[in-house]
Amino acid sequence: MALERSDVEKIAHLARLGLVEADLPRTTEALNSILGLVDLMQAVDTSGIEPLAHPLEANQRLRADAVTERNHREAYQSIAPAVENGLYLVPKVID
Amino acid sequence: MQWEVVIGLEIHTQLATQSKIFSGSATTFGSEPNTQASLIDLGMPGVLPVLNQEAVRMAVKFGLAIDAEIGQHNVFARKNYFYPDLPKGYQISQMELPIVGKGHLDITLEDGTVKRIGVTRAHLEEDAGKSLHEDFSGATGIDLNRAGTPLLEIVSEPDMRSAKEAVAYVKAIHALVRYLGICDGNMAEGSLRCDCNVSVRPKGQVEFGTRCEIKNVNSFRFIEKAINSEVQRQIELIEDGGKVIQQTRLYDPNKDETRAMRSKEEANDYRYFPDPDLLPVVIENAFLDEVRAQLPELPPQKRERFQEQFGLSVYDASVLASSREQADYFEKVVSIGGDAKLAANWVMVELGSLLNKLGVDIDQAPVSAEQLGGMLLRIKDNTISGKIAKMVFEAMANGEGSADEVIEARGLKQVTDSGAIEKVLDEMLAANAEQVEQYRAADEAKRGKMFGFFVGQAMKASKGKANPQQVNQLLKSKLEG
Repeated sequence: MALERSDVEKIAHLARLGLVEADLPRTTEALNSILGLVDLMQAVDTSGIEPLAHPLEANQRLRADAVTERNHREAYQSIAPAVENGLYLVPKVID
Repeated sequence: MQWEVVIGLEIHTQLATQSKIFSGSATTFGSEPNTQASLIDLGMPGVLPVLNQEAVRMAVKFGLAIDAEIGQHNVFARKNYFYPDLPKGYQISQMELPIVGKGHLDITLEDGTVKRIGVTRAHLEEDAGKSLHEDFSGATGIDLNRAGTPLLEIVSEPDMRSAKEAVAYVKAIHALVRYLGICDGNMAEGSLRCDCNVSVRPKGQVEFGTRCEIKNVNSFRFIEKAINSEVQRQIELIEDGGKVIQQTRLYDPNKDETRAMRSKEEANDYRYFPDPDLLPVVIENAFLDEVRAQLPELPPQKRERFQEQFGLSVYDASVLASSREQADYFEKVVSIGGDAKLAANWVMVELGSLLNKLGVDIDQAPVSAEQLGGMLLRIKDNTISGKIAKMVFEAMANGEGSADEVIEARGLKQVTDSGAIEKVLDEMLAANAEQVEQYRAADEAKRGKMFGFFVGQAMKASKGKANPQQVNQLLKSKLEG
């Protein structure tokens, strides 16, 4: 499946990537060559093989349910562009 | 045209863990903004999520309680979208291999019939933070205390056919998670939130109609109202020749209508993929057995037991079993007071309306189960009548002590000495000589109402303390005589 320019524009938007006009052809080509590799791999017969969720042959260790973090709000907010009343401020979003 | 309503629900329950699902931050509600947001919750680079064992245990508990298959090989996935209350740019959730598979839950409808509702799946995920749009001009305030709170999202089959059924299902889930102790069920604080998928189709049609999703409806009452108004909107739209468009809508309780959320032209594309930060989570059989052994008696079993053990109706039994606290209270009253039907009545009617009036839950009831049980004993042994019992109950609610103390202090002990009752009756009849004449002259048909007058006067004269059965009996013989 080859990507069209419009697909790339959509993917860039979803990923919030600001691609400049001049980058579009190159990016489309690069993505298509990656998908070409995927196509090649699709040809391999994987029936009966469990999908790999993680390359490590290990299972997740779980942690005990305990509060171990303390409040470091001052430190964390010292690098935020805007804060007020303990809240992080961002440009207005309304859904 | 006859329309059939089809409803499926997605319920988000916040799990009652001490710490977050992937970090050691506290989950306490209502803390100062951003004081419970660690580097992991803030989505800082270089941090790693570590899964909370208790969240897994709680999800498994829920799965076992609804007879579901438990996913023993769990994979967490990233659900990608951009919103400021989700600083990582993705939510860690589960896609293909959820922890809870297909299960079911029985609900009791108002007419007492029991209906089985399918649960498609339930999966673990993290909650997002909160956006506050109102208080800042041109800006939105972000509080990330809630970010990373463990959620169990419970997805139902489209099995409900009315708003009432949907509410009954949400109530059943609410009761269940509280029974299991995995969620506090506080809807006002957002601990349990509901998205309603609603569609309509002509009765008899097999295919579903186009559905709309009403987001975040947060009370039982609003769920019913939101669904009903959305159903009406869809039917009117179709009958006027329009078409339902699949969209997300919000319910406005002030206007009692749903409206479309402003949404982007393109459909969401969450680009799920397995989260490389988390290894697969394997749930061993030994763990399942351990959790199974911890399961308490659940509402359906309790309902059946109440019916069998106490001879209660399906409806009474399911109301009493609907919360663990209420069921425990009821059983304690029965164990002291003895009479289960009387106990059921007092718990559901008098106590229920008192709690309603005070706006408190049963665990804060001003009358304890011991007090109520003690009072029922006094009804049973004829120390007080049912009418006086209401006074005693009120006095107990006002902190005047046990039933015996109230009866003693207020002199409410029922008079059963027939000599004393006769004395009261004689005085009363003498004071109402004219009515007595009329009664004796009246025919049988009219006497009934007139007799009631004398009973009323007698009870009034005895300040309600005369035993009503004796009053009836003695009055009859005196009037006839």
